Amino acid sequence: MTLLQIKNLRASVEGREILQGVDLTVNTGEVHAIMGPNGSGKSTLAQVLAGHPAYTVTAGSALYEGKDLFAMTPEERAREGVFLAFQYPVAIRGITNAYFLRSAVNAIRKHRGTEELGPVEFMDALEEKLKVIGWDDSYLSRPVNEGFSGGEKKRNEILQLAVLEPKLAILDETDSGLDIDALKTVARTVEKLRRPDNATVMVTHYYRILTHIQPDFVHVLAAGRIVKSGGKELAQELEEKGYDWIREPAAVA
Amino acid sequence: MSSGIEAQVLQPYKYGFVTDIEADVVPPGLSEDVIRLISAKKGEPEWMLEWRLKAYRNWLKMPEPHWSNVTYGPIDYQGISYYAAPKQRPKLESLDQVDPKLIETFEKLGIPIEERKRLAGVAVDAVFDSVSVATTFRETLAQQGIIFCAISEAIREHPDLVRKYLGSVVPHNDNFFAALNSAVFTDGSFAYIPKGVRCPLELSTYFRINASSTGQFERTLIVAEEGSYVSYLEGCSAPVRDENQLHAAVVELVALDDATIKYSTIQNWYPGDEEGRGGIYNFVTKRGACRGKNSKISWTQVETGSAITWKYPGCILQGDNSIGEFYSVAVTNQRQQADTGTKMIHLGKNTRSTIVSKGISAGRGQNTYRGLVKILKGADHARNYSQCDSMLIGDKCGAHTFPYIDVRNSTAIMEHEASTSKIGEDQIFYAKQRGVSAEDAVSMIVNGFCKEVFKELPMEFAVEAQRLLGISLEGSVG
Repeated sequence: MTLLQIKNLRASVEGREILQGVDLTVNTGEVHAIMGPNGSGKSTLAQVLAGHPAYTVTAGSALYEGKDLFAMTPEERAREGVFLAFQYPVAIRGITNAYFLRSAVNAIRKHRGTEELGPVEFMDALEEKLKVIGWDDSYLSRPVNEGFSGGEKKRNEILQLAVLEPKLAILDETDSGLDIDALKTVARTVEKLRRPDNATVMVTHYYRILTHIQPDFVHVLAAGRIVKSGGKELAQELEEKGYDWIREPAAVA
Repeated sequence: MSSGIEAQVLQPYKYGFVTDIEADVVPPGLSEDVIRLISAKKGEPEWMLEWRLKAYRNWLKMPEPHWSNVTYGPIDYQGISYYAAPKQRPKLESLDQVDPKLIETFEKLGIPIEERKRLAGVAVDAVFDSVSVATTFRETLAQQGIIFCAISEAIREHPDLVRKYLGSVVPHNDNFFAALNSAVFTDGSFAYIPKGVRCPLELSTYFRINASSTGQFERTLIVAEEGSYVSYLEGCSAPVRDENQLHAAVVELVALDDATIKYSTIQNWYPGDEEGRGGIYNFVTKRGACRGKNSKISWTQVETGSAITWKYPGCILQGDNSIGEFYSVAVTNQRQQADTGTKMIHLGKNTRSTIVSKGISAGRGQNTYRGLVKILKGADHARNYSQCDSMLIGDKCGAHTFPYIDVRNSTAIMEHEASTSKIGEDQIFYAKQRGVSAEDAVSMIVNGFCKEVFKELPMEFAVEAQRLLGISLEGSVG
């Protein structure tokens, strides 16, 4: 089933056009990797899909489960199952992860018309979830991202991903700043969450994470457009040759 | 780009109703005759009247202070009525005799005073305009020798105690507004905790302004004898009116050897409308004296209301090893202005003080922290820790910090931390991306910011404070 269909998407920030006609279709059950050099628009694509107010969509469309994604507010998108693992997660002082997560879970439950969870019920459900992904609960009582190391912040995004169980997960460079062990943990968790009814779009610079999470498709974004798509072997090729060989023919064409 | 955060959709003040009750109001104006009249209405002894008149004569010579970081039009002191009381108030034998309209009013405010509905664990003194309407749980408290009653009653029933302590912390000529209060104060609470007694209930006073064109001048005095403990909380609200109303209160606390007083305030006077029309001028003098060794006074305030707030609850740390604390959350939204902070005066040895101030500005609000830490010569090994954090919501508001430090003893240890942060688009977007609404996100971020102060509030009121903060800031983001 088609989960997300992006057509000729153009978007700008502060008057600069970053995305210059992106086409991408994501079906349920798929994992897509979006690679590309610095400044090619990878993070912009992630932010635009999540609805960050700093970005303006100037042309094109995105259908999410057949609905106009750009007509939805960021919180509606989230409640409908779009999740962005941030490249730079922000801290919220004085609010524990557990409280933050419960607010998010309940906002989503309310939207779906299911009963909201009390603190005790929620903690029980959360412990269960942690067990499944094999994490301890040390994150829960700490304030959201406050005083977290870069790696901890990224892991925390994945914890939220596991708890919120979105249909479409967009991971914005979740692998950067992680050491090998953390990378493995994160990758394993993402793999565990993979289901026939959800999909993942991973924005990444590095081949490394793709050795742990097998993508069905790899796309190369350069200068605001997808210039090449292929299977997981494309990632291997990029690792060996870099991006220049793709960019050049595209520029000629 | 950040227009979302600035959008102002206003939430009506939820306590703005007026109780339709026949009132005995003294005509506007201030003179010695008016003071004599108030004193007579209260059935006061001669010494009290003399004290009031002395204060009044001093006040006449004092200029209104204008050093604070707030602006307002001139106050017409002759245009204010200095006494308003619900009519037909007989000597009350029991609550059955309280006008049902008054009981209903306090119930609407969430302050049930009827026996069967009372808040468990909290004794309430309910003050309506210039008079105390009812004080709950008096008998329970009396069994332990605790006195908790209206101050006007204390002046009649316990004159020696009142005379000994009244004005001993805030003298009648302390400052312009304190002098005015000393001359015309009408009601307020008096609490006396005898030696070695730990007060089993939270003591609480709820102040309600109802009549128009009046001022409220309450006076509170709390005395904690040797080794005693008391936790006291005050709350307040007022109807929505276009005029500004003056509230000039004085609170005095006295803690003797090994005594502890915890004083919490949830201030929710009418703040005025979005154009800055109406609202309460809240000019208050609060001071505690840690007279005895090892005594402790802790102020916690959550200031969300009033058009203008001018108050600096302080501690005079006289006894050796005494402790003073000040925990404050001050919110200014719309056109509200607050100039608030504390004074910690260290006199005794090994005295310690802690200041945690959280200022939140939204709309066109202006929020100023002003604090003085003074370490005098004899205060060997005194310590102070100050933390002043400001949070801005939108870009039309302001935050200002004026920390004054005066150290005259080289053994003192001072620490000061300050920060200013802005609720950013990014923080809100982060929460929204998890499905949380903007309103809930702001309330969450603000509550997190204030956590260190909220944890100092008595449990029953911490929830109320968080809710109130949510209401005050409702509409400050779109």
